[in-house]
Amino acid sequence: MPPLLGAVHPTIPDVITFAISAAIIVVGAVGVVTSRNPVHAALSLVMTLFGVAVLFVEQRADFLAAVQVIVYAGAIVVLFLFVIMFLGVDRRENIEAEPLRGQRPLALVLVAITLLGGLLLAFASHLTIGAHGVACGAGVCRGSNVAQLGRSVFTTYLYAFEATAALLVVAVVGAVVLARRPSGPAAADDADDPDDADEPVPAVAGGSHDGSADGSPDAGAPVDPVGAGGRGGPEVGP
Amino acid sequence: MSLGGGWYLALAAVLFSIGAIGLLVRRNVLVMFMCIELMLNAANLTFVTFSRLLGDIAGQVVVFFVLVVAAAEVVVGLGIVVAIFRRRDTTTADDLHVLKG
Repeated sequence: MPPLLGAVHPTIPDVITFAISAAIIVVGAVGVVTSRNPVHAALSLVMTLFGVAVLFVEQRADFLAAVQVIVYAGAIVVLFLFVIMFLGVDRRENIEAEPLRGQRPLALVLVAITLLGGLLLAFASHLTIGAHGVACGAGVCRGSNVAQLGRSVFTTYLYAFEATAALLVVAVVGAVVLARRPSGPAAADDADDPDDADEPVPAVAGGSHDGSADGSPDAGAPVDPVGAGGRGGPEVGP
Repeated sequence: MSLGGGWYLALAAVLFSIGAIGLLVRRNVLVMFMCIELMLNAANLTFVTFSRLLGDIAGQVVVFFVLVVAAAEVVVGLGIVVAIFRRRDTTTADDLHVLKG
């Protein structure tokens, strides 16, 4: 039995691929955390996802690499960008301010301890396993990667697959219920925001961080977000 | 043949740590969601690595399900973000202190 975590005679292209992908992944992840603009964070997330997809290909998980690019980079990140643009929060935010004192050093220390433990486990431990390749015992692992995955999903993990379908239906219904505009009797308890009913939401995307005091000269506006933004100003001013 | 699994696991640990730091430090709810995606990707990379090391396709099946759950989570989470933005006009987690005791 080959050693579980030891080197298995990698070739030079494998090493180069791994190094470049690892650099892309780490740079993208740091970009997600440190970028001030949420749009830049989403684009850095795409970078990281592509790097992970390359490592999937490198480990012969071809189908998952394709799904990673299509679903994650193609659907989820686009959904993120859509919501960022829809809410109009695509502006720079101040990340130097630290509202909770001592939070960042504490977070860094805790995560560093956890990371050291993980690295120690990855490199220094001698893991042993009982059975090698349990799922391949009944000859399931013949064929290509897609064939293996499909056979496994539709036989061994069929109930989990069906539960996944139910989960997606529930998620779609929940998203529609959460994001739909309240109408009829349901709008009565939303009456603290009077112009919410007749004005589209992106028009009030002025922002709340740069001071609601800017909205005070616009006395005609019942709520301040209209006055705080530059876009909604001319139609409520006169 | 690819590199030993230790390198992949170490990279996944680093990626998970960066995502955890971002989740703990950042205030924007959307960026916090992206950090959760980073952590999920680190877990996926670990699953695929062990799938290769053990010669078992089940690790890749788990990644498949994680992708589906992540998609559902993002859909519902962004729906909640949009609903909160309608009522309170903010996406900053610090501004949502109504339940603070």
